[in-house]
This record gives sequence, structure tokens and C-alpha cells, in this order.
Amino acid sequence: MKKDYVIEASGLVKAYGSNQVLKGIDLRVERGTMLALLGPNGAGKTTTVRILSTLLKPDAGSVTIEGYDIATEADKVRTVIGLTGQSAAVDELLTGRENLIMMGRLYRLTKSSAVARAAELLAEFDLIEAADRPAKTYSGGMRRRLDLAVSLIATPPVIFLDEPTTGLDPRSRLSMWEIIKKLLAAGTTILLTTQYLEEADQLADQIVVIDGGKVIAHGTSAELKSKVGKDRLELVFKDGKTLQAAQQALGKAVVSTNSKDYSATLIITDTNTDVKRVLDTLVAAKLSVQSMAVHQPTLDDVFLSLTGKVNQAITEEES
Amino acid sequence: MATELVFERRPRAVMALIDSWLMIKRSSTHILRNTDQLLGTFFQPIMFLVLFATVFGGAISKALPKGISYLDFLMAGIIIQTVAFGSTTTAIAVCNDLQKGIVDRFRSLPMNNLAVLNGHVVSDLLRNSISTIVMLLTGLLLGFRSHATALSWLAIVGLILLFTLAFSWLAAIVGVIAKSVEAVQWLTFIIIFPLTFASSVFVPTESMNSVLRVFAVNQPITQVVEAVRALILGTPIGNHGWLAVSWCLGILVVAVPVASWLFKRKSA
Repeated sequence: MKKDYVIEASGLVKAYGSNQVLKGIDLRVERGTMLALLGPNGAGKTTTVRILSTLLKPDAGSVTIEGYDIATEADKVRTVIGLTGQSAAVDELLTGRENLIMMGRLYRLTKSSAVARAAELLAEFDLIEAADRPAKTYSGGMRRRLDLAVSLIATPPVIFLDEPTTGLDPRSRLSMWEIIKKLLAAGTTILLTTQYLEEADQLADQIVVIDGGKVIAHGTSAELKSKVGKDRLELVFKDGKTLQAAQQALGKAVVSTNSKDYSATLIITDTNTDVKRVLDTLVAAKLSVQSMAVHQPTLDDVFLSLTGKVNQAITEEES
Repeated sequence: MATELVFERRPRAVMALIDSWLMIKRSSTHILRNTDQLLGTFFQPIMFLVLFATVFGGAISKALPKGISYLDFLMAGIIIQTVAFGSTTTAIAVCNDLQKGIVDRFRSLPMNNLAVLNGHVVSDLLRNSISTIVMLLTGLLLGFRSHATALSWLAIVGLILLFTLAFSWLAAIVGVIAKSVEAVQWLTFIIIFPLTFASSVFVPTESMNSVLRVFAVNQPITQVVEAVRALILGTPIGNHGWLAVSWCLGILVVAVPVASWLFKRKSA
């Protein structure tokens, strides 16, 4: 069966003067799924979203959203998309409810539809108490929720989320994730950009890693991880003597040992059979293991090996 | 979804009007909610009027034709000056919208984007009307008396509104061009300050040196001030009436398309 792609972009190129921001981006998003655009600052994520959401014209390349061409049918595209940008684009002097109703009317909803839908969204996004306060009194998390609610006012089938959780505290981030998961469950097609690997890992069906304006990898989270490396088994022994004995028994399966904490690391391809075989070997050699753990490569490993640099978001968070 | 959504199905032109109406409502709400700005709307005109009338009144009245008090002379000028400076608000509002990303949101909607500018400009008319009424009432308290007929007052209101509209559209251009609100402030300052002071707003142009005078008598603010002043004082209006209207219409014919074009380009 032919796959139903809601967002299709090919060969997107964009330059500002001599600064080549996008160097040929291709991506496709299937109906009802989420694609995460993952990359460091300045990779071209926001530029891509601005092009897909009709805010920016590409120098080259083509995009269709729900079958509408952004170059010739921008008005049609705008009726089927919702955009939540990096800076919460709500009117600060209007109340949450006024923002929602105004945006609903601008989406061409009738007045009664806009009013009813606004009330529904305020309840859904836990903003009832703050509904009639100006948005400038909202906390960062509330503002993002309102911003997302605004882009959902006319229930568009396609949503663009440009770094929806950047700068949010962990609790607000989790509640944002819950909302996004609900949207996906309701069949919305989502394109999300993020610098947080965990976010892409948690939410996305497909991940596209971009760096320097180019797609450097794409696939599911599991596919990307398996590209980088296999699972690792870590064994910890009682003392150095046991470690040495174990190393001899296991042979070349051991890729590294640490004589300080008496641990050995093995590469395994199949967790079920390989772990059993290792344990059987150790039992046969009468060696006991103090602890063991299987580590899967994280998206951080993926990122590091693909871009050759540490993800800025992580370093920023730690500093 | 719980709510069955109903969409408007109307001709494009009607939708564009609705968009403008929504944006006018938005900008007008800003005027009422932005308390700092509201203070300016009320107190700046009172302050200017009282200061100029009392500080300069004594000295300048000697240069005026006999029988005309400085307050009566000043009224037209101070209203036009307040409106001209008040247009800065339009520039700031446009600049703010562009900086804060809300224009991006509007542009991702199936709306007419120029409605954003319409909203700011039209709400500026509302705010300036409030300022003007406050000023007239203050003037009456201070002893301002007019000889204008009802018909003249109608002409005065029309002319002030037309001038406000023209200057708001000029200000919209500044708002689109400027890169920050600070830039807006000094840009409008260096444009409007010379225009209002090198004019007949505060003093008759007769006492200026010849070079300055050529500029002062031929620039739009002097024309508008002279026309409004003649209507207020009940003196002959001469060429000032049609020159004032021509200036305002001329500014609009140029500023509206330029501002719209720049806005579309800037927000793209």
C-alpha cells in the first residue's frame, strides 16, 4: 500500500547572503506520526520549520502539506497547519481566552465556534483559572501551553512545534510531553524540532538528525542507536584476581576491563542468548559476578558520533 | 473533538474586513490595558498645554495680532503636535509585533496580514481622539474660547482625523524599518521634533529667519496647524485648508502602499 505522507519536502535550500543555512533537506512525515528534527543550535531546524509553515520562501526545493504546494497554495496550507514557535507568540496584553478567540476567528471559525472551542482548550490545557488574566501574568509553562492551545484552536491536522520545551522546567516539560502524546493519539501529524535527544527519543516515530543544513541521519530511534553501536554488557567482579580469571574464560568477547572497579565490558548482539552464554561460561569456570548491567547506546552517543561534537543543549544544561 | 467547528464561508473581501476589525479590537484593547501608555494619553496633553500656555504665554503674546490670546493661538498647534508625537505609539506597536514573533503567528494563519497595520493605525485614531478631547477640556478650564461655528468644528474634527491617519501611516513605516523599540523612539523623535518646532505650532513664523521660515511655512504641519487655527479663531483660512488636506492625502497615497509593502517584505 502506498504510504500517506502529509508533509513532503525535497531539496530545500536556503541561504542568507553567503551563509548557506539549508543545503538540501529532504523529509517526509506519514499521517498521524511524529517526526523529530534533531540538531544543535544553528543546524537549520527553525529555518526548515519556517519554510514548511509558509513563513519563508526556500531558494530551491519543493514542499507539499496535505497535498497543497506551499509555493502556489500557501493560503490552503495555512488552513491545515498550526505553528508553535520558539518564542511563545501570544498577545501579552490580551487574556488567554481573548487570545484563543481572536486566533480562532482569524482561522475563519465562526464566533460561537471560536468561543466554545476556546473554553474547551482552556479546560484541556489546565488554564481555566488564568483564562481571564492577561497573558503577561502567565508563567513560562502556562505561556507555552497557551501558545500550543492557540495553534490547536481550529484543530488543524498538521502541527509544527519548534522547540516547544526549550527553557521549560522539568515538570512543565513533562506536562508538555503528555499534551503532545495526546495529540498524536488523536491522529495529528506533528513535526517537532528539538535539541534534546531524550525528547526525540520519547516522542518521535521518526528522527531526522540535521547539522550544518544537511540531513546526516534518519530513522527510528532504535535504528539510529543500532547504527552507532551494539548493546554492551558490563560485569563487576569481587577483586582483580576474579576479573583476570573471567577475562581468560570469556576470551576476546571482552572489549575492555577496568582494574580499579574490577569491571569488564563485553559487546553483545542479542541480549537474551549472549547474556546467558556469558553467565554459563562464568558458572562453568566457578567465577561469581557481583553485579551486571546491559547498556544500550543512547541518542547522545548517536549524536556525538554523527556530528562529532557534544550536543550544545546538554552542555548548556550542565553549565 | 467535543465541539463541532463551524467555519466562515464568506467572500475574501468580507473576510479581510473581519480581520481588520479583529485587529482594531486587539489594538484598542492594548490602549486600555497598557496603563503606562494610558497615563501618557491623558497627562501628556495636559502637561504640554499648561506648561506652554503659562511659561511661554506672556512672552509670545506680544508677537501675536491684537485681541488673540496665546491660549487660543496655541490650541490648534498643541493638538497637532500631540497627535504627531502620539503617532510614535503606532510605530512602537508595529515594531513590537515584528520583534516578538506574533506577526509570524499571524502569517501562519489564513488571514489578511495587512489587517495588523490597519488595527494599529485605526486604534491610534481612537487614542488621539481621547488626547484631543482631554486637551480641549483642559483648555476650556484655562480660559480657551473659540469663535468656531458647528460647521467649522466638523471641519476641525475631520482635518485632525485625516492628519492623525496620515502620520500614523508614516509612523507605521518607521515601525517596520526600525530594528528595535529604542530605534523607533529616536527615529520618530528626530523626524517629528523638527517638524513640530520649525512650524507655526508654538509661534508665528514671521519671527523666524528667512531660511527657516521657507521650510516652516511650506511643511505639512504648519499647513494643518494654520488651517485648524483659522477654523478655531474664525479668521480667514486662505490656502491653508486645501493645502492641509492635499498634504495629508499625499502622505497617505505614498505611506499606505510603502508601509504595506515594507511590512510584507519584512515579515517574510
